[in-house]
Amino acid sequence: MFSTCSEHKEPRQNRPGDMSMKARVHVTLKNGVLDPQGKAIEKTLGNLGFQGVGDVRQGKVIELELEETDAAKAEAAVKDMCEQLLANTVIENYTIELAPTESAA
Amino acid sequence: MKAAVVIFPGSNCDRDTLVALERITGRKPTQVWHTETELPDCDLVVLPGGFTYGDYLRAGAMAARSPVMAAVKKRAEDGAHVLGICNGFQMLTETGLLPGALMRNAGLKFLCKDVHLSVERNDTAFTRKYATTKPIRIPIAHHDGNYFADNETLARLEGEGRVAFRYVTKDGAPNDDANPNGSRSNIAGIYSDDLRVLGMMPHPERLIEPALGGSDGRPMFEGLLEALS
Repeated sequence: MFSTCSEHKEPRQNRPGDMSMKARVHVTLKNGVLDPQGKAIEKTLGNLGFQGVGDVRQGKVIELELEETDAAKAEAAVKDMCEQLLANTVIENYTIELAPTESAA
Repeated sequence: MKAAVVIFPGSNCDRDTLVALERITGRKPTQVWHTETELPDCDLVVLPGGFTYGDYLRAGAMAARSPVMAAVKKRAEDGAHVLGICNGFQMLTETGLLPGALMRNAGLKFLCKDVHLSVERNDTAFTRKYATTKPIRIPIAHHDGNYFADNETLARLEGEGRVAFRYVTKDGAPNDDANPNGSRSNIAGIYSDDLRVLGMMPHPERLIEPALGGSDGRPMFEGLLEALS
């Protein structure tokens, strides 16, 4: 998919069709699910002298480049990916951020 | 009893499982590679322990989406017995064949030691050769064995008698001291609603004869042989 990027050197007007999408998925533990790693981070921050830090929760950020140019379709696809793989909805919540990225053209 | 052991990239208890099954059933299990889309004719499918795909994303997450897992799921729905040990248990929760999730150990450390387990019921194919009155000693070796389920799921598991094993003291008390990893209700293993799918963090295949340090794992395979032959 990257090999085609250099084929369109001439400047073009930006239209939605020229954009690809970048998705950023935030996966976080649900409330009520104990997060031992968050607790360890909290404790170490305390050891380093940072006062007043509480309820540290560790999550994941997953970035995806998508060929899809339609935001609604892209979001639906990423939601499906979250449900099927990226998040374990027994213990995790997820949020999806979508941003158009200009293609390399 | 015909058994199949599914092998994934990063499985590391498949050999022990194959040896335990062959020694006790007298029959060589079929080895099934994770890319297969069909399982051989068998009464028992075992998902062995290991660190498939380096535990990337979540332990068992990638393996649970392997081509072979659709066949395992179908076979379980058709009534075959499925045993998931350690990473295999993690795969079973990741596929939704068993409820809940296995999270990072509460103490964050990788744990490799013998633990004592209560056998909660001995009327299943997996536990019929055990006594419920005496704890068994089985090793654990995991980083992500902290069983989590929400309150509603936990109540359902308890109500339906689906807790298979609990971490207990040597004397059989399921208290915090006996809980190595923070698992809710000291849960070490659970059954599906038809009691044919068992997921457990401890490794019965590692203790099948005294030369290995104990034989408390042996009755599980003897029970399966008796029940499924």
